[in-house]
Amino acid sequence: MRTILYLLQKEFIQIFRNKTMLPIIFILPIVQLIILVNAATLEMKNIDIVVVDNDLSTSSRKLTAKFEGSKFFNVNEFTFSIEKAKQELLKNEADIIINIPSGFEKDLFSQEKTKIQLLINAINSTAGGLTNFYATMVISDFNKNIISENINILPLKSYKNINVIPKFWYNPELNYKIYMLPGILVILVTVIGMFLSSLNLVREKEMGTIEQINVTPIKKYQFIAGKLIPFWIIALFELAFGLIIGKLLFQVPMIGSLFLLFGFASVYLLVMLGIGLFISTIAENQQQVLFINFFFLLVFILMSGIFTPVESMPDWSQKVNIINPLAYFMKVIRMVLLKGSAFNDIKKQFFSLLVYASIVLSLAVWRYRKVV
Amino acid sequence: MISVQISEIIKSYGKKIALDNISVSINKGELFGFIGPDGAGKTTLFRILTSLLIPNHGFAKVENLDVVKDYKNIRKIVGYMPGRFSLYQDLSVEENLQFFASVFGTTIEENYHLIEDIYVQIEPFKKRLAGNLSGGMKQKLALSCALIHKPEVLFLDEPTTGVDAVSRKEFWEMLKKLKNFGITIIVSTPYMDEAELCDRIALIQNGKILSIQSPQKIISEYKLPLIAIRSDDMYLLVKDLKNLDQTNSVFLFGEYVHFTSKLSKINIETIEAFLSLKGHTNIKFKNIKPDIEDCFMALIENDRMSK
Repeated sequence: MRTILYLLQKEFIQIFRNKTMLPIIFILPIVQLIILVNAATLEMKNIDIVVVDNDLSTSSRKLTAKFEGSKFFNVNEFTFSIEKAKQELLKNEADIIINIPSGFEKDLFSQEKTKIQLLINAINSTAGGLTNFYATMVISDFNKNIISENINILPLKSYKNINVIPKFWYNPELNYKIYMLPGILVILVTVIGMFLSSLNLVREKEMGTIEQINVTPIKKYQFIAGKLIPFWIIALFELAFGLIIGKLLFQVPMIGSLFLLFGFASVYLLVMLGIGLFISTIAENQQQVLFINFFFLLVFILMSGIFTPVESMPDWSQKVNIINPLAYFMKVIRMVLLKGSAFNDIKKQFFSLLVYASIVLSLAVWRYRKVV
Repeated sequence: MISVQISEIIKSYGKKIALDNISVSINKGELFGFIGPDGAGKTTLFRILTSLLIPNHGFAKVENLDVVKDYKNIRKIVGYMPGRFSLYQDLSVEENLQFFASVFGTTIEENYHLIEDIYVQIEPFKKRLAGNLSGGMKQKLALSCALIHKPEVLFLDEPTTGVDAVSRKEFWEMLKKLKNFGITIIVSTPYMDEAELCDRIALIQNGKILSIQSPQKIISEYKLPLIAIRSDDMYLLVKDLKNLDQTNSVFLFGEYVHFTSKLSKINIETIEAFLSLKGHTNIKFKNIKPDIEDCFMALIENDRMSK
C-alpha cells in the first residue's frame, strides 16, 4: 500500500511539473464546453426563405408576414419567378422556397381550400425535416387564424378537430443546450482520463524508465494503480469543473443527486481508464496508443447516443452498445441531471459497469509484463 | 563463494541467436567484466540475469536464486543500471533517489554510506531535473539509484558509453571502492582499456564467450610476435602488409598498425624492405606489449579459423 502512495506521489509531481498539463485540465474544458455546447445544436435558426408570391393578395402577404415574424425564419427575397427562386436554392442562398400560386386567396374563400408549395433544401435530412416542421407549424397557425377570423362565413365543420397541447417533460423549453452539455461533458471527461493515463504509461516505455521500474519489487497491480488513480482523480475533478461551468453559463438543471452522479462516474472512469491502460500495455509508443484510443473512442462516441438517440439505431447496433461504456454514462448523466433519477433507476447500468471495470482492469494488470 | 552462476544459457530472437550456450561463474565480491563489441549479446545476458528476459535454454542463479523461478526475490537483491539512462528526466536528482529508495522499502539515510562518495559529487545539483544533467552526472545518479537499496549484486550495462574520459576514470574508481562493501559488480563495456580494471573478464563475441580470465592472464597468454608499424600512408600500409607472406594479422590501432607475424620472430628488415619497395616513406617500427584489444583480436581470429 505504501508503495502505491510513493508511486502516486511521483506521478503527481510529474503531472504538475508538465507545463502542458494545467492548460489541458483547466482551459480545454472551458473552451470545449463553450464552443461545442453552443455549436452542436440541432435547433434551427436563421432559415433563409425565398418567397415566390404570384398572388399578391392580403392573405398571401399575411402569410409572408407570419414567416417574417417567426424567430426561425429570415425572408431573404421576394420574386415572381419560381426559376429564379430555384437558382437561389442551388446556390445555397436559400433553405426553403414558399411558392404561393396566383388565385391563392380566391380559392381560400371560394373553395374553402387552397394550395401552396414548399421546396426545401434537404441535403442535411435532419435540417430539411426540421425546416418542414417549422414551416408547417407557421402555416397551420395561419390556418387557425383564418378560421377564427372568418368564423361567420365558413361552415362549422372545418374546425371541429382534436386540439393537442404537447407538454415537454424534463426539458420543457426544448432547450437543446442542456441536453447537449451533459453529453459533451462525458466526452471531455473520457478523453482527458483515458488519453492522459494511457499516454503516461506508454511514455515510460518510450523513455526506457520502465526497464528500471521492472527490476524493482513494485508489483504489477501497484504499478497499474499508480497510473490509474491520478488520472481518475483528475477526470473526476474535470467532471466537477465542467458541471460548475454548465451551471454558471448554461443553467443546466441538476435535479438528481450529484453524489449519485459522481459515484457512477467513478465506476465509469475505471472502465475507460482501464481500457486506455490495457491498450498502452500492448502498444509500443505514444503514436500507437493515440491511434488505437482514437479508433475506439470515435466508435464509442458516435454510437453512444450523444446526437442521435440509441433507441433509433438498428437493433444490432443497440446490442453493440452493451460493450460501449460511453452509452451507459451518456444515458445516466442525462437521467440524473435532467430527470432526477435515483440509484434504483440506474442500478442496472451501475452494476454492468462495475463488472466491466473489473474485467478491463484485470486485463490491464495481466497484460502488463515486467518481463520484456 | 559463487555469487552469479550462468549455465548453458541460450537465447534467440527468432532465428537470430543472441546468446549461444554461455556458462560463467562469478565469485562473491568480484568485479567482473563482459567485454565485447556492440551486438555481442551483453545486454541480453544482463536482462536475463536481472529477470527481465527468460532464456530459451539453460539456467542462471544470482545469490542462489533462480532468475526465472525466484524472479521476485531477485528483484530485491540486484541493482541494475541499464545501458540507456532510465531514470525520470522530469524528476530532480533528489526525487529520483528518494523514489527508488522508497519503492525498495528503504531510505536514503539508511544506505547513505554506500553512495556517499558518488552522491556528494552530484549533491550540489540535487534540485536539478535529471534530464538537465551532463552525461557523467547522469551516470553517477543512475549508479546511486541502483545502489540505494544495498544490492548484493550490481549489474552495470555499458555504464561508461557516451561519457567523457575523465568521468569514465572517476566512474571506475568508484566501482573499485564499492568492491570494499562486498558487492559483486558485473559490468559490460565495449572499451578494451576498461577491461584491465576488472578482476576477471569474459570476452564475448556473437553470443559466444571466447575466454574467461583475469586480464593479466589473458595478456600473458598472448604468444604472437607483435610490433607496431607506421608510415605516411596508413591506408596503403594496411593493404600492403596484408599481402606479405609472414603476415598473421594487421589491425589499425590509432596512429600505428599492430602487426603480428606467422614466424616465431618478426624480421623487421624484411618488412622494411618490402614496404620501401611498395613506395612507403617515413616507415617507423615500435616494440609494444600486447594489450587486451590485441588479445581480443587474436581470439576472434582463432575462433574464425577454427570454424
